[in-house]
Amino acid sequence: MSNPNGRFGIHGGQYIPETLMNAVIELEEAYNHYKNDPEFNKELSTLFNEYAGRPSRLYYAEKMTKDLGGAKIYLKREDLNHTGAHKINNVLGQALLAKKMGKTRLIAETGAGQHGVATATAAALMGMECVVFMGEEDTKRQALNVYRMRLLGAEVIPVKSGTATLKDAVSEAMREWTSRISDTHYCLGSVMGPHPFPTIVRDFQAVISKEIKEQILEKEGRLPDAVIACVGGGSNAIGSFYNFIEDEGVKLIGCEAAGRGVDTYETAATIATGRLGIFHGMKSYFCQDKYGQIAPVYSISAGLDYPGVGPEHAYLHDIGRAEYVPITDEEAVEAFEYLAKTEGIIPAIESAHAVAYARKLAPTMSNDQIIVITVSGRGDKDCAAIARYRGEDINE
Amino acid sequence: MSKIKEAIANHKAFIPFITCGDPNLATTKEIVKEAVKNGADLIELGIPFSDPTAEGPVIQGANLRALTNGVTTDRIFDLVRELRLEITIPMVFMTYANVVFSYGAEKFISTCREIGIDGLILPDLPFEEKEEFLPFCEKYDVDLISLIAPTSENRIAMIAKEAKGFIYLVSSLGVTGTRSEITTDLGSIVSVIRANTDVPVAIGFGISNPEQAKKMAALSDGAIVGSAIIKIMEKYGTDSPAYVGEFVKSMKDALLF
Repeated sequence: MSNPNGRFGIHGGQYIPETLMNAVIELEEAYNHYKNDPEFNKELSTLFNEYAGRPSRLYYAEKMTKDLGGAKIYLKREDLNHTGAHKINNVLGQALLAKKMGKTRLIAETGAGQHGVATATAAALMGMECVVFMGEEDTKRQALNVYRMRLLGAEVIPVKSGTATLKDAVSEAMREWTSRISDTHYCLGSVMGPHPFPTIVRDFQAVISKEIKEQILEKEGRLPDAVIACVGGGSNAIGSFYNFIEDEGVKLIGCEAAGRGVDTYETAATIATGRLGIFHGMKSYFCQDKYGQIAPVYSISAGLDYPGVGPEHAYLHDIGRAEYVPITDEEAVEAFEYLAKTEGIIPAIESAHAVAYARKLAPTMSNDQIIVITVSGRGDKDCAAIARYRGEDINE
Repeated sequence: MSKIKEAIANHKAFIPFITCGDPNLATTKEIVKEAVKNGADLIELGIPFSDPTAEGPVIQGANLRALTNGVTTDRIFDLVRELRLEITIPMVFMTYANVVFSYGAEKFISTCREIGIDGLILPDLPFEEKEEFLPFCEKYDVDLISLIAPTSENRIAMIAKEAKGFIYLVSSLGVTGTRSEITTDLGSIVSVIRANTDVPVAIGFGISNPEQAKKMAALSDGAIVGSAIIKIMEKYGTDSPAYVGEFVKSMKDALLF
């Protein structure tokens, strides 16, 4: 969907220091070669199937469907992947690509820690060195994932600059990449950053919608009416949407983190509250003030706590192909608890944003319509934080 | 001929970088005046950005202090208007693409012309993206400064051929900040630049003392110093103008001999 210069409509591009230009050009050339290489694709699909546990299940949520009394609800269970989230899809692809390029070291940013854990996992598997940058605030919110990364052999560097969250972790990983390029691949975790990252990450995540399509056709003999996914940078959402973009009957709905509400400053809902800008290598929508200073965004979900959105989402929004809706902390927490009690599935608090919107949408639809919700990750990592949100202090 | 090119060409130029508004704009004004008095050939004024991805911790700190103190692009434009009543040497802005884009590229760049800013350095605007602002820079005669890095290799000629004002040669990998040693083979990069343009070259990133400045200027047309000056500003706050002046003099003296 992107043109050769990495544009999605007016969005995307390569707004990065000159120091990194040859690195992204080299990455693009390598990717263009290997994406059509049968050997590479065979290795990657073996890793997907044998190591990550793909294809992930498309599960009919019967109790939820009956309870909400409208559309039939399916859950795309990315939470069942190895490492507990969709992040592994992208990481296996990029780590394999980096290895083919002769890189021996992976660096990554992480918010909730899922991408960091996935990168540390792939690095361990492929015998590569791994350094993960994580906002200091997030290392506290997601202490368990910090331990998991270290257990997997990665070095975790807490980032203290700025708001000490995901955007600062991205900035710090970019800074690190400019200082060490020859042996290092920056394994970016979402469909953001400079070209070719939004395209590469989307292609590796597109396996989600490829499988949904096959699975729903097998189970229902027809396409869904709506696909719902949460959006921070937007990797699980673009992965869930991608193979449906041409199918105009399928509504594509991205759920942004509204934090304490889009009418407050404590929000991370970029499409609802942001405007066009240039940051972290891309042109897209960003939460910012009138002088272009990036806003200190907030969400209960460390993985959605990002002031921008991937350029392809910005484009899908511009052309009206996808719809983006804000979901508050409170709605997400209620959905987190709802899915646990109704289906016995504890979703990541990120994914709970998608579940929350489905709870509003399903009752407005008829019994013969179908919604697919992507459960992008599992919620074990969030239990302590949600308990705290509910006023209960538990040990992790 | 570009005013910037004129100011740098044919002698070894010293170019100080100063983050506007650290600790406040009144101090910035005095610092700039001191720098000019002590021999600076061109002033690089930083407009602070919330997330300066090309900066090391020292300049990140300056950006944060300035923004916390309520500095905005409009207030910096006013500062330049005041400075232009007294200062004739070229001044350029160093900031990030979003600061320009968000203000409205044409409005920002036409204001640069109006207040007497001669050039624009945007570390997150590589050659491939310069069309974003170049048409306005040409329209209002503001030089869009090109950066060349140790990793530019096959890109040097392409960038140099279209360069305006001066070329900012990044001395080392990584972000801004002082370095004990600069190991890049800058001599060969400068030769490729020279073969492709007569626009002067100044080297920046990691230069903190007169000895390094002399060495870098010997290879090129001048030295750019940022973090070392910001450290003085951080240490002395509103008392820093005299100390910055002293530092600029020591650097400029080193370039004269």
